[in-house]
Amino acid sequence: MRRKTKERLFFLLFRGCALVVGLALLIIVGYIVFLGIGTLSWEFLTQFPKQRFTEGGIFPAIMGTLYLMALVMIIAVPIGVFTAVYISEYQGSSRFAGWLRVVVNNLAGVPSIVYGLLGLGMLVIFFGWGFSLIASAMTLAFLVLPLIITASREAIQAVPSSLREASLALGTTKWQTIRHHVLPYSLPGILTGVILSLSRAAGETAPILLTGVVLTKSILPQDIWDTFMAMPFQLYALATQTVFEKTKDFQYGTALVLLIMVVLMNLAAIIIRNRYREKYKW
Amino acid sequence: MAYKQRVTAQRRRFYDRFVYVILTIVSLFAIIVLAAVAIFLFINSYPAFFLVNQWQFFTGTTWDPTNPIEPLFGMLPLLVATLVVTFISALIAIPIGLGATIYLSEIAHPRVRKVMKPAIEVLAGIPSVVLGFFALTVFAKFMWEAFYPDWRPDDYLNLFNGAVFLAVMMVPIIVSLSEDAMNSVPRSLKEASLALGMTRWETMWKVIIPAARPGIVAAIMLSIGRAVGETMVVVMATGSSPQLTWNPFYSGQPITSTIAIEMGEVAANTAHYHVLFELGLVLFAITFALNFVADYAMKRHAERYQ
Repeated sequence: MRRKTKERLFFLLFRGCALVVGLALLIIVGYIVFLGIGTLSWEFLTQFPKQRFTEGGIFPAIMGTLYLMALVMIIAVPIGVFTAVYISEYQGSSRFAGWLRVVVNNLAGVPSIVYGLLGLGMLVIFFGWGFSLIASAMTLAFLVLPLIITASREAIQAVPSSLREASLALGTTKWQTIRHHVLPYSLPGILTGVILSLSRAAGETAPILLTGVVLTKSILPQDIWDTFMAMPFQLYALATQTVFEKTKDFQYGTALVLLIMVVLMNLAAIIIRNRYREKYKW
Repeated sequence: MAYKQRVTAQRRRFYDRFVYVILTIVSLFAIIVLAAVAIFLFINSYPAFFLVNQWQFFTGTTWDPTNPIEPLFGMLPLLVATLVVTFISALIAIPIGLGATIYLSEIAHPRVRKVMKPAIEVLAGIPSVVLGFFALTVFAKFMWEAFYPDWRPDDYLNLFNGAVFLAVMMVPIIVSLSEDAMNSVPRSLKEASLALGMTRWETMWKVIIPAARPGIVAAIMLSIGRAVGETMVVVMATGSSPQLTWNPFYSGQPITSTIAIEMGEVAANTAHYHVLFELGLVLFAITFALNFVADYAMKRHAERYQ
């Protein structure tokens, strides 16, 4: 009997832990929605800020974040997916693949501010790109590269080898097998990883802080060498550098729009993955 | 006909070779990035080795880089602040994270799990700047009004504040990684234990957790690495006064937030500028070491159950 009581006690404790996690999520999201919902309007999403962030909207910051995400996707997705294909299809268990795996794991652990320093030291100054959209996008691409590689690798390795062998037995080359049989089946998994990486890129602040984001700019960035505004930096700068009472609507609104964007992307990724898990049961 | 087939076969083989070469080159990119991190941190902090007394940098207790008479670059206040927030956030996140993991993987009803797992992933996806914002505008004020009115620390932002939200970031990492570790323990072990008359709790505590330990250790190490390197939460929630204190209810300025705050205001190629890169180098070394331990633990876990 005592053993059973002990079990019940511990289970209660663990349930409590899970409850705390759930509550933390509810409180944080709930509060931000509650505080920001009043500011949201069509105007807030489509206008430039006026009167030092007391009127108008956050349109340029939204566009800046979207530009960043598009550039990060163009840079990081091909490199990440190709590296994953190379590691899992061409190198298998070779020593080089082992090394590459260690490198990718270490890249994933590099702090975002250190990526910012890399972007500043290498891209902005050494390459002479200056504070620009492309320097920030490249820095964020470095940051999400390990995430894309890991997610793609897992998706590719989940494709059963019988499929590859059947294709190869019919006389196709290795690349044909990958292109027509492995990649299509791992596509949902890769897509999940890509969406999660982009949502990460959208929310990161420290790397763009050092490589080209600005708080105010009267026009949208004209090309990739231009500086830009972005939501996470705008939130940080308004919250720490302005009088709270004056810009609080902008702060709450920016936080909410950023949160909605990121949460929607996360949910999309989760839905795609669950669908695909049900669809392909090997 | 036969000739034509031979030509296409040759072309296909050539194409295959071509793709292989391209993929090899592209794969080098990840290695180049990691090398570039180390190289550019080193190049940019190299002048600091001569401009600033290195003994003072590592043991100095005052961080006052903008002092016009004698700027002081002692990193101890920053390092101690990083240690304090990391330690406290680990203290909060590890028990809660592991408890939630055990609940999710062994106790929870499948229907609860179906809601809880995506919820934790969403929590992991919340940008750190939003967490920092919440800490600054809601949590810090709440704590101030609820707990501190009697004894007033110097600032209503403090290290504890940051640590709580670092813990919020760490929990999803711990849960997702250690759940993988616990799920990869073979079913047969669990069933054998239950068949011998152990309760579910005893099975968990004496069989599953020991078996999954390397994976759990890796999860904890990775989450600690994340806390050490996290910037926005500490920038916004812990205040910005680089004082040497072990008291979590005083404000402080960890390494990451020092770089973030001061890099924007410093002139290029001054001693201060290079010292900030050197702080980055220190940070990189710490996280690299933590990752190395995690990697090693993960490998041991994988070797056990393959």
